[in-house]
Amino acid sequence: MSTNAATYVPDDADRRLIKATQVGLPLCRQPYHALAEALGLEPPDVQARLRRMLANGVIRRIGAVPNHYALGFRANGMSVWDVPDDAVADVGSRIGALDFVSHGYCRPRHPPEWPYNLYAMVHGRDRGEVEKKIETIARLLGPRDRGHKVLYSTHILKKTGLRLVD
Amino acid sequence: MRVTAADKRLLNDFQRDFPLEPRPFVRIAETLGVAEDEVLTRFADLRDRGMVSRVGAVIQPNTIGTSTLAAMAVPPERLDEVATVVNAEAAVNHNYEREHEINLWFVVTAADAIGLQEVLKRIERRTGLPVLDLPLEEAFHIDLGFQLT
Repeated sequence: MSTNAATYVPDDADRRLIKATQVGLPLCRQPYHALAEALGLEPPDVQARLRRMLANGVIRRIGAVPNHYALGFRANGMSVWDVPDDAVADVGSRIGALDFVSHGYCRPRHPPEWPYNLYAMVHGRDRGEVEKKIETIARLLGPRDRGHKVLYSTHILKKTGLRLVD
Repeated sequence: MRVTAADKRLLNDFQRDFPLEPRPFVRIAETLGVAEDEVLTRFADLRDRGMVSRVGAVIQPNTIGTSTLAAMAVPPERLDEVATVVNAEAAVNHNYEREHEINLWFVVTAADAIGLQEVLKRIERRTGLPVLDLPLEEAFHIDLGFQLT
C-alpha cells in the first residue's frame, strides 16, 4: 500500500462503517453481513474497506479490546517526563518499545505548571508493580530525566469507544 | 473475577488480526478446537462481564477527525459538577480522575480543529476553569496488545 494514515482520506462509507463498529462488531455468525445490511453496503465491500483502513493505518487493529481494570490491572499510572526536546524522539521510541508501555506520546509542555513533554502509560496489578516499571524507564532515561511524575487514575468517569461527531 | 483458560486465549490471542472473512468466528473456533457458537457465547460473556470493552476496531488517533488530551485543575469540592459538564460533551470519550493538582484528564475528539476548540472553550465557559490542551505531537508505542499471564 502506498497510502498511509497521513494521506488516506476515508470516504463517507468508511466513516459510517467506523461509526457502526466503534461499539464493537455484532457478535453473530456473520458480523460483516449484519454490518453491510445495516449500512446498505455489500458484505465483501465491508471487509474490503476494513482491510484497506488496516493497511493504511486508519485502523490500528481489529480484535478483542481488553479492559485492563476489569482484568485485575487496578493500578493505571500515566507517567509524565520532562526530557530535553532534542532527545524526546530518541528516548520516546526506546520507551515506546518497552513491552509494559501501552501508550507513549510526545505532547507540548505548558510551563510553569506543566513542564512535561513525554508520556508513558503503565499498567500494573498494584502500585508497587507500576513503580518498578517506572524505575526501569528512569534508568533508561538517566540524566535526560529532568523530572517526572506518575499520575494514578483514581476514578474512571467516562469511557467509551471513539465517537465520531457529525 | 474468574477468567478461564479458554477466556485467556480469546483475550490474548485475538487482539489483532481478527479474521476478515464471512464467518470469522469459525476461523477462531478452529484455532481453539471448539464450536463457532461457543466462541460467540464466550466473547459475549467476556463483554457482558466487562473484561473486553468490545471486539472491534481500534482507530489510529487523528486519522478520522482530530483529537486532543485535555486536563483541568479542579477544586476537589467541584469535581462531580465539573465532571458532569465534561461528560455531557459527546466529543469526550475518556475521562479519568488522576492524583495530581491537575486532576481531570479527558480525551476530546472532533471532526476538525475548529470543532475541537469549540468543545474546549465551551467547557471553560461552563466551568469557569482553564483547560490545558495537550495534543499528540508524536506517538511512540508499538501497541503489541495486552498480554494476560
